[in-house]
Amino acid sequence: MADIAIRQDPQLMATNPPLVRAEGYHDLTEQISTIIEGDVFKTPRKYWITLSITSSIVLLLGAMLTYLVSTGIGVWGNNRPIGWAWDITNFVFWIGIGHAGTLISAILFLFRQKWRTSINRSAEAMTLFAVACAGIFPLFHTGRPWRAYWLFPVPNTDLNMWQNFRSPLIWDVFAVSTYGTVSALFWFTGLVPDLATIRDRATTKVRQWVFGFLSLGWRGSARHWSHYEVAYLILAGISTPLVLSVHSIVSFDFATSVIPGWHTTIFPPYFVAGAIFSGFACVMTLLLIARWALNLQNLITIKHLENMNKIILVTGSIVGYAYCTEFFIAWYSGGVYERFTFVNRAFGPYAWAAWTMYSCNVFIPQLYWFKKMRTSIPVMFVISITTNIGMWFERFVIIVTSLHRDFLPSSWGYFKPTWVDICTFTGTIGLFLTLFLLFARFLPMIAMSEVKGVWAKEKQMFAKETVGHH
Amino acid sequence: MARNFREVDIEQIKDKLGFGADKIYAVMGEFSDPHDLVHAGRRIREMGYTKIDALSPFPVHGIDAAIGVPYSKLGWIVICIALCGSATALLLQWWCGTYNYPLVIGGKPLFDFSFSIPITFELTVLFSAFASVIGMFALNGLPRLYHPSSNYRLAHRATDDRFILVIEADDPKFNAQVTTEHMKSVGAGTVEVVVG
Repeated sequence: MADIAIRQDPQLMATNPPLVRAEGYHDLTEQISTIIEGDVFKTPRKYWITLSITSSIVLLLGAMLTYLVSTGIGVWGNNRPIGWAWDITNFVFWIGIGHAGTLISAILFLFRQKWRTSINRSAEAMTLFAVACAGIFPLFHTGRPWRAYWLFPVPNTDLNMWQNFRSPLIWDVFAVSTYGTVSALFWFTGLVPDLATIRDRATTKVRQWVFGFLSLGWRGSARHWSHYEVAYLILAGISTPLVLSVHSIVSFDFATSVIPGWHTTIFPPYFVAGAIFSGFACVMTLLLIARWALNLQNLITIKHLENMNKIILVTGSIVGYAYCTEFFIAWYSGGVYERFTFVNRAFGPYAWAAWTMYSCNVFIPQLYWFKKMRTSIPVMFVISITTNIGMWFERFVIIVTSLHRDFLPSSWGYFKPTWVDICTFTGTIGLFLTLFLLFARFLPMIAMSEVKGVWAKEKQMFAKETVGHH
Repeated sequence: MARNFREVDIEQIKDKLGFGADKIYAVMGEFSDPHDLVHAGRRIREMGYTKIDALSPFPVHGIDAAIGVPYSKLGWIVICIALCGSATALLLQWWCGTYNYPLVIGGKPLFDFSFSIPITFELTVLFSAFASVIGMFALNGLPRLYHPSSNYRLAHRATDDRFILVIEADDPKFNAQVTTEHMKSVGAGTVEVVVG
């Protein structure tokens, strides 16, 4: 085919490499579908070993939560004055991770960023799994998770009253549950055409039934696509302010209080930038592993990874700028408690946590100013992990250092996690990885219908350019 | 193998839904390039056909104008449901907070538009999301178990690499023989009269 010859033109490849490499539409379908179509029992042993490790960690999570519920919240290290500790740190951490998925699927869609198509499906899946992990912490921190319906305005006879709608905590319930639901709808809508592809390729009865059911009879009619594109645009349009609102509202939990270190107006944008920063890093970690394990180099190219690293650099720098602003305002405001909190943050008992956070979030990502670093896979893998360590510490620093030195020195304290804290958090990482492994094995990880559209446009563009050369 | 499965099930479903095996659904033909589909669609429309459809693995640019697919009305549905979402949120917060069970906390007003913004926003988004997804499927007539277009030999390629043009039998200008010729004249391959 002519377009393959065009693609092999070395000069053109060097100046403007294609976003995805394929020989045709069918080749794209093959590259993506065959990953999930093999016999389940013939899945490589590596996969089963990894899955059995991660699912054992899920069992650990189950054991920890059972222990917590049957014993009490005291099994965590939370104390006076540190009433919020690892639980809320982990909650904000996981919610933040999720933000990259929505950013990639919604905001980059509105900005017509074609490169998002190779990564949006897995990023959206990651959002869902991260929100599921996040939800566990506040739910169990209530101590009585079987009363969870008290969080929602559900008429009932045992509470016999309504929620306090003036509290940011109830706003958070609405924000996070809406976020989870809308992300799931967005993800499913994007999946339907691809599920239909898998249905039409199915060779076993089970797969025909399952994918036939899930794809809802999608046949790719022009009328379908017309409504579908409008629905997708609306979902992207509403998810964009939604994703900005979710972490803003999470930050209200802190910002509307009167605790020095929390009570700042910079929190909403600062939290949102941090969330996108950590989310992109997490997408990067997962994609690098998936790209290597599933041979997706043709579909997830260095160009995709470099673009993501640029976003990591921008958001990391915004986070760094926010740290500076916080310090400046603490000094400039003249509030003695505010000043004390920030000096204590950098030089007090938790200085080790604060400096881990500054190094991982602000200093290390600056390496991405160099193209060599942005395009080096080992470098980006390491930075994606340090970024997530840094962002976990950011939430820890904000929550624990602001609380541990209360207004009265008599009520100062120090938080140390217990083994239950550590195992519960590890358990959620196991849950996240297990869900992601199952997703990568059983659902198309790359949005076929969207990648095909991008490939078609690129083919056209390349054809034109070659005509221009001659 | 996929075909066998389909035929077996479709016979049963057709019986249930009252489709006759002799009822013609459409004339269908395929292209391997989206641009050819658009050109062919436009020419078929210029011949005077009005009931044209196209099946493609991704949204093909320009096909709506070529075969006369009207712009989706989904946006209007969504905006109505979105406003219902805002109204629900405001009513919920006002009715619970000031009327059904007033709670005085920190001397704050029982209801105010400022503190009700977050929940109002979230419920508006939630309602719109459901409206756009459910509305999209409803307008598409999905979910559905059976569609006659699946009887076309290459129907299963419409979600893979084929761009299929459909001239439905409901079209006043439709004539199985003539339409087949028309379909071939615009360059379609594997032209078939599809029954079901």
